[in-house]
Amino acid sequence: MADQTLPIAGSLDITPPRVKERATAVEWLHEWVITTDHKRLGILYIVYATFFLLVGGLEAMLIRIQLIKPDNHFLSPGAFDQMFTMHGTTMVFLMGMPLLFGFANYLVPLMIGARDMAFPRLNAFSFWLTAFGGLLLYYSFIGGYGLYGMGNAPDVAWFAYAPLTERAFSPGHSTDYWALALIVSGFGTLGTAINIIATVLSMRCRGMTLLRMPLFVWLLFVVSGMTLVTITPLTACQIMLVIDRYLGGHFFDTQAGGSATIWAHFFWIFGHPEVYVLVLPAFAIENEVIPVFSRKAIFGYPAMVAASVGIAFISMGVWAHHMFTIGMTSVGNTFFVLSTMLVGIPTGIKIFNWLATIWGGKVQFRPPMLFATAFLFQFLIAGLTGIMLAVAPWDWQLHNSYFLIAHFHYVLVGAIVMAFFAGFYYWYPKIIGRMLDETLAKWHFWLFVIGFHITFDTMHFVGLLGMPRQIYTYEADRGWGTLNTVVSIGGFIQAIAVLIFAYNLIHSYFRGRIAGNDPWDAWTLEWSTPSPPPDYNFATDPVVHSRRPLWDLKHPDDPDWKYE
Amino acid sequence: MSAIPALPPAEPWSLPSRGRVGMLSLIIGESGIFTIFVVAYIYYIGKSLSGPTPQQVLDIPLFNTICLLSSSVTIWLSERQIERGNMKAFGALWALTMALGIEFIIGTFLEWKKLIFVDGLTIHTNLFGTTFYSLVGLHATHVVVGLLMLTLVLIFTLTGHVKESHCERIQVLALYWHFVDGVWVVVFTVVYIVGR
Amino acid sequence: MISFMRKHGAPLIGLKFWPALLLLQCVQPCAWAQQKHTPPSIFAPASTPAHDIYGLSLFTLGITGGIFVVVAGLLTFAIIRFRGRQDDDRSEPPQIYGSMQVELAWTVVPVLIVVVLFLATARIIFAVQDAPKPADALDVTVVGHQFWWEYRYPKLGIVTANELHVPVDRATYLHLVSADVMHSFWVPELNGKTDVVPNHPNEMWIQPLQTGLFLGQCAQFCGPEHAKMLIRVYVDTPEEFEAWVKHQQQPAVDDAAVAQGRHLFETQACTNCHAVNGTSAEGTFGPDLTHLASRDTIASGAVKNNPQDLHEWIKDPDHFKRGVLMPPMQLSDAQIDQVVAYLDTLK
Repeated sequence: MADQTLPIAGSLDITPPRVKERATAVEWLHEWVITTDHKRLGILYIVYATFFLLVGGLEAMLIRIQLIKPDNHFLSPGAFDQMFTMHGTTMVFLMGMPLLFGFANYLVPLMIGARDMAFPRLNAFSFWLTAFGGLLLYYSFIGGYGLYGMGNAPDVAWFAYAPLTERAFSPGHSTDYWALALIVSGFGTLGTAINIIATVLSMRCRGMTLLRMPLFVWLLFVVSGMTLVTITPLTACQIMLVIDRYLGGHFFDTQAGGSATIWAHFFWIFGHPEVYVLVLPAFAIENEVIPVFSRKAIFGYPAMVAASVGIAFISMGVWAHHMFTIGMTSVGNTFFVLSTMLVGIPTGIKIFNWLATIWGGKVQFRPPMLFATAFLFQFLIAGLTGIMLAVAPWDWQLHNSYFLIAHFHYVLVGAIVMAFFAGFYYWYPKIIGRMLDETLAKWHFWLFVIGFHITFDTMHFVGLLGMPRQIYTYEADRGWGTLNTVVSIGGFIQAIAVLIFAYNLIHSYFRGRIAGNDPWDAWTLEWSTPSPPPDYNFATDPVVHSRRPLWDLKHPDDPDWKYE
Repeated sequence: MSAIPALPPAEPWSLPSRGRVGMLSLIIGESGIFTIFVVAYIYYIGKSLSGPTPQQVLDIPLFNTICLLSSSVTIWLSERQIERGNMKAFGALWALTMALGIEFIIGTFLEWKKLIFVDGLTIHTNLFGTTFYSLVGLHATHVVVGLLMLTLVLIFTLTGHVKESHCERIQVLALYWHFVDGVWVVVFTVVYIVGR
Repeated sequence: MISFMRKHGAPLIGLKFWPALLLLQCVQPCAWAQQKHTPPSIFAPASTPAHDIYGLSLFTLGITGGIFVVVAGLLTFAIIRFRGRQDDDRSEPPQIYGSMQVELAWTVVPVLIVVVLFLATARIIFAVQDAPKPADALDVTVVGHQFWWEYRYPKLGIVTANELHVPVDRATYLHLVSADVMHSFWVPELNGKTDVVPNHPNEMWIQPLQTGLFLGQCAQFCGPEHAKMLIRVYVDTPEEFEAWVKHQQQPAVDDAAVAQGRHLFETQACTNCHAVNGTSAEGTFGPDLTHLASRDTIASGAVKNNPQDLHEWIKDPDHFKRGVLMPPMQLSDAQIDQVVAYLDTLK
């Protein structure tokens, strides 16, 4: 079954012979720079994000070396501040967002049976804006004292609370690089979000009604809608910051009556939905991987859609749970406790539906499913520590401590990065045409999971003992030394695992087993095309009749459309 | 693989225009930016530590407002004309829309000139100055961007390149112009009525 | 639930809760503090708000722990029971698309849990934030500066820095204001943290139940030396506190033996930032030094207060706190010795 070409209407029988003269390096480069093909742009996004995953990881390693023992002098205080600022900014804006848009770019048109995105040139423009934003941010390392003094790299933490970012407290250009880079990449993000929305609404193939779209497409659609209303507040408050710094405005100038709290509100109005912008694509990947490797349809498709939309709406009204300590009234605090806890309900529905999808299935623990399973456990814990932080009085203790750091790394690494690893193993064969090596995959998986738990489980306890975040060193008498050493060791193990993964990506590109069209015996439209899919994906527009068009073809006696 | 089974009957299939969807998405996104600036303006009303205050220096720009809002009507009329293929009337109404927009920009220019050189209010003076120039300036920037796009269309109309078949694209652009006008209603209410 | 909410539970329960943690802590040597203190922990409350929070946290841990056991147990069972087997016939399992009843059930249960948790949380929020202020409460204004803390007792006429003294069993209200950027005041055993925000005065209160030295530190990133913006709170017996207040209200000691050092101090740039009550030194940018020698530490708790370290500090503050706003004073070693001798008399 696996390698058979399926006679779905519109799918190409064979890869058109692309006999090409061997292009020169310049021609090859030129082709990639001018491309407007959604698949190539998707790959560019993913390569860009993977590069910054390694860069951000390197910064994390430097942080962990500095904190491995009390009173360490590996990094200067200034360099340490730059490292955690750049680590946070990189991982959210240069790794997380491009990675999710990379997967979306590549997969959404394929999954809805379209030949490209709605606006291919806008797509290319958005990518290059994003890429330029990243370059601008990293260019900051070269200014000022140059690489020796880490230049002008931003050092105000990734949430950049005012008024530390005002000229009076951050002279020089470090904060300018931060603000301008995020404005530029923010416009890129906005463009891509618009593009995905238009693609999903206006480019679906015949029969692909909204309630027949794969859940991956649904969730990326929701994410793009959220991006419209979350990235723009960030852009707005960055513009205000630039007005303050360059034109002498007073938005966040507390000496002239400006407010420090309003920056915090504006930032978290972006910042909290942003967490869901990042985590919904992780859910999206789970929604594809878990059914295929459990050999069952997703349990409760309408509930999953409703839960995603519900999370999107509720997440717009929870931002101030990042600010329980900033001095809100008791009524304000109580409101945000309630709204935050409400997010737990749709999230719970999702976890139970995944559980029910596995229930009664025949689970195959291939690499994507390994990561997807680890995701389930880790996301569960991340959600539960999230509830602890939502309990405002307890948050007064836990906020800005390493418990908080452990919690959101459980979300960002334990859930999101895990799911994206699953996505990499799942779709690499489609994108490249070769399978990723399974032995290396297992090394990657076990080392990463073990390292992850050594680091982040321990980190919770450091927080309970009162260690605040963003300190470049700590006193020996606080009793945090041993735990921090353990945290650092776990970090190094994860770094080794990621390097194995990076090696696997390159190794399998040349040596991997040929994948065929449909190596996982899956059910969505992208698996009906050759791997990698040809230009414009489908020769003629496909027609679908259910949520799992390939299931219908593989099981003509028992097609899905009879049950929907 | 066995024979292809009987499939359910084909359903009628229609999809929304991607241009409209894209422009509406952009408008939602832009609304996010304006919302934050409007909230900041409202939050800082009366919080300036020094003068001048809005009561002392702001005059209601009634003529400007009438011009900008009526440009929404003229662009809507021009949309109707291109739908009917009446290119002459379309061009005339389109030019009228532009004239009204340009008048608005000139009006804003004169207002700012008075504020800066007569009243001594700059973006640096106090919180009122900072929030006023940012919010009104953000809106004026959108008007300017809109005018640039209107100009392009006018040039192509005069050279005969705009046809009836471009109706939908013209309407998508008009959506943006309607949005800019709609934002002005909010800005006008907040700055000149609530804030004064 | 009621028992969790008890106001004065035994403070050590928290540590028993994490036996492994305690073991790890014991490995750490207690370095140099003169006073006996334990490393901070949010599970060893020594003050009323911290106790309330502790009770609520145990309740929350109980609920979330229960959820974890049930859900993780089901997940583990599912992936073991329904794993694909080698001898399988390769057929697809029965396809199930959903079930309204089941999904409704697992929507209702989380709703109930949320309601319970929310009510318990709201109760403590109002109990802590809206507690009526007792008439005998002590008022302290806490001013956050870049990398040090200023404590003002407006009704007692005391200004001091970095080491906060409060009486046991009596409520102390801390009025939090910032001189520059955002900071956060956090001593885990006494209360949760409250941010110290410029242009936005905040308030928090503590009512310590036992005497001792409690450690904390700034919990909101505030610049390069955020890490060394430490907090030391001395909870004194009422008598000790009375004596401390009496002592702090005195003007600075004027010892003729160190007149040279005093002269140097008053004629150098020191007085631009530092104040010594009863002299011409009236700077407010740095810590008040009137009773410097009565404090255990300098540099916001980062450095021991002894002549050698004080000498080193004046010579090059960056040696201890890189990025600190105090400049090196460009004095000769002999001059610094004289200044240190003078400062040492400011008991």
